[in-house]
Amino acid sequence: MSATGIGAAVRRKEDIRFITGKGQYTDDLSRPGETRAVFVRSQHARAKIKKIDVSAAKSMPGVLDVLTGAQLAGDKIGGLICGWMIHSKDGSPMKMAPHPALAADTVNHVGDAVAVVIAETAAQGRDAAEKVKVDYEVLPAVSDPAKAKSGPQIHEVAPKNTIYEWAIGDAKAVDAAFAAAKHVTKLDIVNNRLVPNAIEPRVALAEYDAGTDHLTLWNTSQNPHVARLVIAAFVGMAPEHKLRVIAPDVGGGFGSKIFIYPEEVVCLWAARKVNRPVKWTAERSESFLTDAHGRDHVTHAELALDEHGKILALRATTVANLGAYMSTFSSSVPTYLYATLLSGQYDIPQIYCEVDAVYTNTVPVDAYRGAGRPEACFVIERLVEVAARQMGVDPADLRKRNFVKNFPHQTPVIMAYDAGDYNASLKKAMELADVKGFNKRKREAARHGKLRGLGYSTYIEACGIAPSQAVGSLGAGVGLWESAEVRVNPTGSVEVLTGCHAHGQGHETTFAQLVSERLGIPFESVSIVHGDTDIVQFGMGTYGSRSGAVGMSAIVKAIDKVVAKGKKVAAHMLEAAEGDIEFKDGKFTVAGTDKAAAFGEVALNAYIAHKFSGQELEPGLKETSFYDPTNFTFPAGCHICEVEIDGETGKTSIVNWTAVDDFGTVINPMIVEGQVHGGIAQGVGQALLEGAVYDKDGQLVTGSFMDYAMPHAHDLPSFNVGLTETKAPSNPLGIKGCGEAGAIAAPVAVINAITDAIGTEQVSMPATANAVWQAMQSAQPARQAAAE
Amino acid sequence: MPAVSMTVNGKAVTGDVEARTLLVQFLRENLRLTGTHVGCDTSQCGACVVHIDGIAAKSCTTLALQCEGAKVTTIEGLAAPGGALHPMQEAFRENHGLQCGFCTPGMIMAALDIVRRKGHDLDEHTIREQLDGNICRCTGYHNIVKAIAAGAKAMSTGGPARQAAE
Repeated sequence: MSATGIGAAVRRKEDIRFITGKGQYTDDLSRPGETRAVFVRSQHARAKIKKIDVSAAKSMPGVLDVLTGAQLAGDKIGGLICGWMIHSKDGSPMKMAPHPALAADTVNHVGDAVAVVIAETAAQGRDAAEKVKVDYEVLPAVSDPAKAKSGPQIHEVAPKNTIYEWAIGDAKAVDAAFAAAKHVTKLDIVNNRLVPNAIEPRVALAEYDAGTDHLTLWNTSQNPHVARLVIAAFVGMAPEHKLRVIAPDVGGGFGSKIFIYPEEVVCLWAARKVNRPVKWTAERSESFLTDAHGRDHVTHAELALDEHGKILALRATTVANLGAYMSTFSSSVPTYLYATLLSGQYDIPQIYCEVDAVYTNTVPVDAYRGAGRPEACFVIERLVEVAARQMGVDPADLRKRNFVKNFPHQTPVIMAYDAGDYNASLKKAMELADVKGFNKRKREAARHGKLRGLGYSTYIEACGIAPSQAVGSLGAGVGLWESAEVRVNPTGSVEVLTGCHAHGQGHETTFAQLVSERLGIPFESVSIVHGDTDIVQFGMGTYGSRSGAVGMSAIVKAIDKVVAKGKKVAAHMLEAAEGDIEFKDGKFTVAGTDKAAAFGEVALNAYIAHKFSGQELEPGLKETSFYDPTNFTFPAGCHICEVEIDGETGKTSIVNWTAVDDFGTVINPMIVEGQVHGGIAQGVGQALLEGAVYDKDGQLVTGSFMDYAMPHAHDLPSFNVGLTETKAPSNPLGIKGCGEAGAIAAPVAVINAITDAIGTEQVSMPATANAVWQAMQSAQPARQAAAE
Repeated sequence: MPAVSMTVNGKAVTGDVEARTLLVQFLRENLRLTGTHVGCDTSQCGACVVHIDGIAAKSCTTLALQCEGAKVTTIEGLAAPGGALHPMQEAFRENHGLQCGFCTPGMIMAALDIVRRKGHDLDEHTIREQLDGNICRCTGYHNIVKAIAAGAKAMSTGGPARQAAE
């Protein structure tokens, strides 16, 4: 392993601009003649728009125009869509309601935009927005997903506010297994609604060139090509070749910046109308009301086991809140990204899961770090942990009894796990976590009035999304392949144009490590280019932990093509047969001789084209690959959380966090560990602190950082992170991916630990001090009875 | 519109601002120093932290006019004129204390203030407590804590970058 090759903890190239304040985030950009957009948003969860009077606003200083939903509809701008078709059990398609970028008839959540002010400055825009008079007829709203089906019907297309009633698995076989079971564990689980809150708020900057009838959008997007396709083909803003989308430096995404939102559509439309660039920057409280929220499942789950603790079957019913409109990927998250992981790391013969997705008058819900897999992991790992406690079996032992041991393993819910060693990660984690010493630490803590608990999470997830035909057959509107162009310059440096996008993952470094190693050229000679639809060929973007497994595989394939062509050129240069040319460590050699040409020399010759006939062999050295993965990948591992709870206050401290993950091949261990740290932090946030709360009238009570508890440094411990490795068989590098694992594994590890400490299972997320204290009080009688 | 004059990163500057213009807006929009970021509207995220007369302050909760005659240092003012990085900046890179980079300028400026108040030998507990005013969504803080401890130590051994910044 070289100092800059695969496996090296290379320090990041992109850091220099970030640590010196020279990053180019979308709000840092400025176009000549730029105006600012300020949206007028509904303060009601559901209302009819009777009248909008913009006259006072239009005459405010600095205002160019005030535009409404009626005008948007009049200009025939299409609405936003969900691109993944899900069918109900009865075969009917999901009920996708219209989603205009500016509401014209009704508003359906607090924050739903009805008008936009275009002004010279943001301050003038805000002043004018306050003067827009909207006459609403307030309608009854429903915000609780458990009550959605009996609440007022929000959309005409969806009776009982039901989007779909979906199911997977064999219900009859599952029922039979339950009937024969010796032990059944039942749980009711709420997976709490979260707000992603990347620290950079969303921004859209749109510019129209009347001379070329061309639109440019700078946007905080994780997938600029997808944004371009949707805005062109579905929203109908402009033909695709007349729209350029650029995602510059983006300050975190976590899924929330995948989706195509109303704001960028409106900015593009407005830019063309006022014929000046239009920039919108979200305020944080606006982000709370417009960024897609995450999770929000209500589940009843049951696990059937035999007398030896062998799992026979699992069944679950889930109500998934998708909010007021279906966001871009929303339908897939509680179905194919959730139920297909309910087998966990276990050999479970039968699984049946029903998912009902509902509309409520809340912000739309879509993928957020983990997207469906944290929800699945929570269900299976809570069931297994509680079953172990109920059956008096050690939770690690019960897991070991049920681990999948033979691969490939076909689960009853589509996924076929290809490679893994779950015993290895459990064993290593238990050693690192010093599980053996836990009881002693627990007794010592008890002497000081503290309750210690240990919680396991042996998680698995499916990522590296995704094989195009497979997801197509499941309803996806697009394939999920990835692209790479490897452009070798005459002077031997290389640019890689990747369809992936980096918003914290360090691709400029890790992708360069890969290229440097494969081509045998210096790490400094490789540049990674991404984020501009005018420069980079179509790519699907970054999410679902796919950039390593899919994005890097595309680069490998393109490099293979470069090497193949290089051999042809080298054969001419070295006057040998093409079949005798070998490539290793940056040199083309004639086998069995000392005749060699360095990569750089071959590159130059390819462009100068003096040593071969340009008719027999095309000049140049630049190759492209569109790589379609053959399977999902299955990162898996074991997290062990040790907590100490203050007996007087219920406050939970995490005293130790151990994570042993199997990500297959690791390109840069420093970056991989960073991804694990960040994922765990978000998972701990979900378990202990975060929760988006709506009141019964659909008001978002947790509408800023004052009320929504983001994890701070003092809420978190340092993490002990280790790795095991079973390479992914499905891609050339053996990469599984690591971006979401922490967020998937962590919440249930925390809750398993807390419930272990206090001796009751009735703890829900977020497990605040108050919630834990309340749970402890209700557990008192049981504990006292047990002690007596 | 009132005028305001101050020194930013060692340079005298003047601008016309409204009474309600925030310092962060003045820095980003008037001076085009976009390294200082806005991440929230309740003064909690810390992406906007700068130094005003040597003390850390949240520029989103400071009016530009309040800084009349003040010396303001932003992230852009840390590296030496020749480009040598401040030891705290180096420490963030060396320890992978950043991922998307958006919270990083405020985090680094806050870190320098922790060193000013708590010294160069910072333990994990102190750093975590002192970062109450800064939120990071990417790193989970693990490497930020390491970076700050390392940067604080490096600052005590002296060096051209540190002297140039002060």
